Amino acid sequence: MEIVSTPPPAFPDGQPEEQQPKWRRDFPVDVEADEYGARRDFTKFLVLTSLAFACGQLWIAMLSVFRRRTFSEQRLTALDELPVGGVLPFHYPTDRDPCLLIRTSEQELLAYSSLCTHLMCPVLPQLHDKQLHCPCHEGFFEAATGRPVAGPPRRPLPRIQIQVREGVVYAVAVEERTS
Amino acid sequence: MSVPESLFFFLDPNRCIGCESCVQACSECDTHKGHSMIHLERVNRYESPQTIPVVCMHCDSPTCAEVCPADAIKRTEDGVVQTARKPRCIACSNCVLACPFGVPKMNTDYELMMKCDMCYDRTSEGKRPMCATVCPSQALFFGTHAEIQALRPRSRSLNTFQFGRQTIHTKVQMMVPREAPVMHIDVAAAWHDPQGEDEQDDPMLSAALFELPVLSN
Repeated sequence: MEIVSTPPPAFPDGQPEEQQPKWRRDFPVDVEADEYGARRDFTKFLVLTSLAFACGQLWIAMLSVFRRRTFSEQRLTALDELPVGGVLPFHYPTDRDPCLLIRTSEQELLAYSSLCTHLMCPVLPQLHDKQLHCPCHEGFFEAATGRPVAGPPRRPLPRIQIQVREGVVYAVAVEERTS
Repeated sequence: MSVPESLFFFLDPNRCIGCESCVQACSECDTHKGHSMIHLERVNRYESPQTIPVVCMHCDSPTCAEVCPADAIKRTEDGVVQTARKPRCIACSNCVLACPFGVPKMNTDYELMMKCDMCYDRTSEGKRPMCATVCPSQALFFGTHAEIQALRPRSRSLNTFQFGRQTIHTKVQMMVPREAPVMHIDVAAAWHDPQGEDEQDDPMLSAALFELPVLSN
């Protein structure tokens, strides 16, 4: 018996794979090609996504390198109107940035952003403990430095730089800190 | 593991006696949940008791896989077209309508197309498919070309089929008489034949055989 062994056409029209439409090459019938395509596409996805993330990080880094924030001066209060142990809420640099001005002694003025660095609840001063307290999740900050001492916050409160000229307190700039 | 290259599935409709052993053997297998994947078709129920066992022919260019919109039907390296993959199959029945041999069957309970995969769990280890092990007349034979040549000197194997303008090469071999010329019947010709017989002449289509019982109060 003769066994006729002609190379079988792998496609209905008998044309080679290069001449098939793209959808037919994208959805191969054979298991190996199907799995290979899936692996290749997944690898492509991984590489391109990683590349996108890396470019995004670079973009953010460039932004933070070249960003120059300019702050305007803002009159807060006359020094006489703030007693020792007194606290004055104010907004700086914009109306959406609540801050606290704390007078701990005759000479010492402290000013911090009052947005807790955990989830932006307003912090409340507890000067008898020399602390700032965030009531939302029991976070505590050191009053003297603004650094977190307890609770969920991990970053210090942004410090507002203060100048006192001729008995008047001015907010000058915001000092963003990471530790 | 893959099916040995020397082993082929030979289908000999001449020898089929319609005993349904293959159907029973196939339905006893757990890999397809007890559903029979082999069809025992009657050629012409009014003229003859002749039956044909229909298994998947495992085409080199499987039409079922070509038309699958969900990319669910795949063929292994040894040319065996597997049943639809459950995570992918959307139960659209495209393959059921497209297969020229009428092999795939839609299981609406599972929302899954199920078809013969030549008992891949057995044949990939060199064993014979279940239907071939039980066929008493060996209309279903699994073995080498040399074996079938010794067993059937008056027949030859054929694995090209013509459906319309499509030529199909199959892995499963159909045994045909050695001397007879191969006639490729254009299955689509009847659609374009204006002289076709009236549907009313066909007792099957005129529902003479399948009248619903009339329930009278």
